[in-house]
Amino acid sequence: MISVSNLSKSFDSFSAVKDISFNVGAGEVLGFLGPNGAGKSTTMKMLTGFLAPSSGNVVVLGHDMSLDAINAQKQIGYLPEGAPAYGDMTVKASLTFIGEARGLKGQDLAARIDSVVSRVELASVLSKRIENLSKGFRRRLGLAQALLHDPKILILDEPTDGLDPNQKHQVRELIRNLSADKIVIVSTHILEEVSAVCTRAMILANGEILFDGTPDSLAAQSDFHNAVTLRVANLPAGLRSALESLSGVKEVQEGEIDQLTVFPTAGQSILADINQVLQAQGCQVEELHVEVGRLDDVFRKLTMSTGEGESV
Amino acid sequence: MNAVNVILKRELASYFATPVAYIFIIIFLMLSGVFTFYLGQFFERGQADLTSFFNFIPWLYIVLVPAVSMRLWSEERRSGTIELIMTLPLSTFQVVIGKFLAAWLFIGLALILTFPQWLTVNYLGDPDNGVILAGYIGAWFMSGGFLAIGSCLSAATKNQIVAFILTLVVCFVLVVSGFPIVQDVFSSWAPLWLVDAVSNVSFLSHFNAISRGVIDLRDFVYFAVMIVAFLYATALVVDMKKAD
Repeated sequence: MISVSNLSKSFDSFSAVKDISFNVGAGEVLGFLGPNGAGKSTTMKMLTGFLAPSSGNVVVLGHDMSLDAINAQKQIGYLPEGAPAYGDMTVKASLTFIGEARGLKGQDLAARIDSVVSRVELASVLSKRIENLSKGFRRRLGLAQALLHDPKILILDEPTDGLDPNQKHQVRELIRNLSADKIVIVSTHILEEVSAVCTRAMILANGEILFDGTPDSLAAQSDFHNAVTLRVANLPAGLRSALESLSGVKEVQEGEIDQLTVFPTAGQSILADINQVLQAQGCQVEELHVEVGRLDDVFRKLTMSTGEGESV
Repeated sequence: MNAVNVILKRELASYFATPVAYIFIIIFLMLSGVFTFYLGQFFERGQADLTSFFNFIPWLYIVLVPAVSMRLWSEERRSGTIELIMTLPLSTFQVVIGKFLAAWLFIGLALILTFPQWLTVNYLGDPDNGVILAGYIGAWFMSGGFLAIGSCLSAATKNQIVAFILTLVVCFVLVVSGFPIVQDVFSSWAPLWLVDAVSNVSFLSHFNAISRGVIDLRDFVYFAVMIVAFLYATALVVDMKKAD
């Protein structure tokens, strides 16, 4: 388990992280969300022991980061933001170096390298210099070095940044397939990623935790949660007012041509009522679905209300 | 020790992964040859020793050692790899020492490659090889002192050029502080202990003593203390500045 208590970090007069506390247990995939400058990377840097907190502490599987960083760091695989690597080394040499620095050697090291190389598909560039690699390969090398010692904890700062859609999919698969007893912390500002891979989402803005819960409960905070979007051929004139007069309906908005979105009050289920209205009016329904909730909508609502939040 | 070794190996390999190492060695050998045989009047002096070589070595090091040390830390900070290396289960000291040793061995290698000078003097005459060996060891220790200073200053900046210039200036001051010109500035007004202190801090006076074959442990201790002190300072600076 990672437990973070009252963690703060300030740079001169700017406080990047303000007194945050949380625990992450085995099997959890925690997604850090937040606008740029929210404190995601700073928090990760403190979790991995790169930065010393201004106050508060981080305990990783029983090892206090400020007292016993080396033993804590042995448990962690870390992909720093931007996937830095030594440009003048080859992929193979770089992985060997990281492995040796983590105390792996001989057969053991070779086997681990083989395993991660096939996992992130680096075999084709093993003897290439890192400075000549594409962004996608560099990111994958970063993942490979983080996975190399099969750590119990993985901390990945924007692992899919700069990857193409196929590679993004691949990385998400990889994270999902990690064994169930690992702790994974991922930061991203791609919202679908959270619902795609995370079991828990945390929204940070201005160094504070604004939300901590499952991706579903995050979506449920959206105005769109349980809203019904429908498209009807030759939208009848009376339909909109008929829907608005339903008891559970808060608002009806017009979308594209012939499309209406019906918002419920307080997330009520209104599909059945709407269906009745549609049948009563004899409408030819072309599309009808219930929205789960739009993450970008919640994200904006949560992070903009703090006043200084930048847009994504 | 293993950790230091791993860092050392990577650093040394990275010197030779680019032409920089070869260029450095070639320039070092060419300049030391020119200094010894032309400016140092090796042949005209008619003496079987390498004094003309060792006299110029501090000046060569003032320019060339900062060129090696400038990238030690500033490059890690600029490229962000410092985040990679400092989150591995290694202590800051292990990394600082590994990097320093790699650079020191590299400079040692360049120094060893000046062996044609030694062959020449042995071919032409019958020199005291003990004194020459002392000179080589002294030169290597002195380069370690320069490197430790360079390592510390390199950790303080992301910019290699700034690191180079700062190191060059500090090394220059440390070399010339033993010169009569500098001594005269102090001797007219300063108390004797200060004049002595300024003279004692000079790399040149300690190195000259060793290269003349006067083996005094204190001269080696001086360089060792310099190295340890500046490596300790490097670790402090790295921890302080790594996140900037």
